[in-house]
Amino acid sequence: MAVLKEEGVDTIFGFPGGAVIDLYDELGRTDIKHILVRHEQGAIHAADGYARAKSSVGVCLVTSGPGATNTVSGIASAYMDSIPVVVLTGQVPTALIGNDAFQEVDIVGITRPCTKHNYLVKRTDDLARVIKEAFHIARSGRPGPVLVDLPKDVVQGKAKYKPLPEPRMASYHPTYQPNLKQLHRAMALIKEAKKPVVFSGGGVILSGASKELTEFGKKLNAPVTASLMGLGSFPGSHPLWLGMLGMHGTYRANMAIGECDLLIGIGVRFDDRVTGKVAAFAPNARIIHIDIDPTSISKNIPVTIPIVGDCKVSLKALNRLLNEEKVKFTKKARKPWLDQIQKWQDTKPLRYEQKDSIKPQYVIERLYELTKGKAIITTEVGQNQMWAAQYYHFDHPNCFITSGGLGCMGFGLPAAIGAQMACPDRLVVDVAGDGSIQMNIQELATAVQYGLPVKVVILNNRYLGMVRQWQELFYKKKYMATDIEHAPDFSRLAEAYGALGLKATKPEEVDSVLKEGLKSPGPAMMDFWVAREEGVYPMVPAGAALTEMLLV
Amino acid sequence: MQKHTISLLVDNEPGVLSRVAGLFSGRGFNIESLCVAETLDPAISRITLVTRGDDAIAEQINKQANKLINVIKVNDLTGTEYVEREMALIKVQAKADYRAEILRIVDIFRCNIVDVSPAHYTIEVTGTADKLAAILSLLRPMGVKEIARTGAIALGREKK
Repeated sequence: MAVLKEEGVDTIFGFPGGAVIDLYDELGRTDIKHILVRHEQGAIHAADGYARAKSSVGVCLVTSGPGATNTVSGIASAYMDSIPVVVLTGQVPTALIGNDAFQEVDIVGITRPCTKHNYLVKRTDDLARVIKEAFHIARSGRPGPVLVDLPKDVVQGKAKYKPLPEPRMASYHPTYQPNLKQLHRAMALIKEAKKPVVFSGGGVILSGASKELTEFGKKLNAPVTASLMGLGSFPGSHPLWLGMLGMHGTYRANMAIGECDLLIGIGVRFDDRVTGKVAAFAPNARIIHIDIDPTSISKNIPVTIPIVGDCKVSLKALNRLLNEEKVKFTKKARKPWLDQIQKWQDTKPLRYEQKDSIKPQYVIERLYELTKGKAIITTEVGQNQMWAAQYYHFDHPNCFITSGGLGCMGFGLPAAIGAQMACPDRLVVDVAGDGSIQMNIQELATAVQYGLPVKVVILNNRYLGMVRQWQELFYKKKYMATDIEHAPDFSRLAEAYGALGLKATKPEEVDSVLKEGLKSPGPAMMDFWVAREEGVYPMVPAGAALTEMLLV
Repeated sequence: MQKHTISLLVDNEPGVLSRVAGLFSGRGFNIESLCVAETLDPAISRITLVTRGDDAIAEQINKQANKLINVIKVNDLTGTEYVEREMALIKVQAKADYRAEILRIVDIFRCNIVDVSPAHYTIEVTGTADKLAAILSLLRPMGVKEIARTGAIALGREKK
């Protein structure tokens, strides 16, 4: 507990059980806040949301066996998105390990491939050092979840705690400083490029480099796009902003990738949802790739200039070089390229038609207007997530919290709870679908218990909408197992939990419901009955080139 | 698909081998052979593993292995000067007609006979994978009953 305090932990999300009862007893003697969730998956997602909103390490505490296994999806999600989380799991006493004891599971074995690192603590004397290392590993380098498995007798044992120095590990030295030679080589390409595109990812947000990225984009006078994870790293209202890239990216962003002669990827990992068909990705471009994790470089896409280093440090260095060499890229010099982009924007913007039934895009646009773009948005996974990414324009980092890599349904509500704990004064909204929300809807009780005023906007189409869209496009409209009309009345369910429940079925009700929900002092769930078969467009079919988009 | 012999120095702790093996299976890299033992420093073990893949895959294997917290050093020996050895124990049928022939082969390949019974010899052979393949092809017609192989171990050569 002393180490936890030392590491600046003020909030733990958890669920008790036999193996961690001693830890809970001790926790009660500290001033660390404990948020009791209703399912352990909620605890890990909340810790994830907390970590992202606060740019610090989230902590989650659960018991052995099922307590531990229930966190696995959340750990995998945090791992894919590189989110610093420390997961403390109980374990049966060391003498019983391997005996198939009650609530025993080899959680270290189970989570080995989905944690950055994990530990089984065997001696009380190691406890403080391991916890310290866990925090160090979770937050440094490319961040990620670290699990510490704590056998009951190890926790019950007593050891004298002496404050420890920052851990030094022989085998773990993330590279923060980029290689200067590589930076100079990158500069040479930047100077030559006529049609550059800057592509920003989650790494920029994680390293706190949004300011530097924005400066870089402006200095280059180059259009900037981002992956789902990178939204908010460059202001969404800036004229150089292209919108998101990839499967549901904007027409101009995807076309720009197809046409550009230089692509500068920063803190990205060229995931398949971003690249589409690899062979046709940025076919005319030389690629500069900056990332702190060398494994991300040349994994999916071969790059011209790899730069291993922290995004913030590297961008600062590049900005400095641009200043030193007095390289300027004027609006005039960039005009043909920017004009081309504007043409793409003018011919094929994001669009929808608001007619008789509520369009989900309209709800997000109204949410954006009414919150003046200042809310922290968490999302579930699927169409709701993509509409939120397309129609809510993020001007600041750490405001869009979504399960990007793993695509873990049920993420949004607990993540919103975590974000609200991290930022009590901010407005936190979970954009949900009627399918995803049901995966962790029990956490509404958590929000009500702790008076956390999170808002849930359900885009309710009575379908598992994203899968339905695929079935419509690629499976001859055979809607196999995607119709979920049998659902609770969400507004009444919210009331049953003690939250405010609202419902809108007509376009003219959208504003009033949003206004009432957003201004209510407590948690609120707003159920919007949207057009059932609305799809997310543009869409690049899986395996197709980015420029082969299906449009509305 | 080129063969790569990779030498890893790792923390000598429970679970480390599983991390390395899990990395290979999880990412679809194959392992042809693998050897692990403690080094002079009891806190450190050396893993020698042989894998196949093109340059891009070899690069990923190196980077991914390096990323594991318990891996201290990764050295892809392929393309460098190094010595590589494997050992095999071969239990071969030793019928009266063949006994002299087997002994001659053992002599040529500088092997040892480490166990003798009325009907079998157990031969210890050390060398490169090619040498092991060669002796096996000679012994096979006589009837190899069982075989146990270590997989390759390797060290880089020092500059002369």
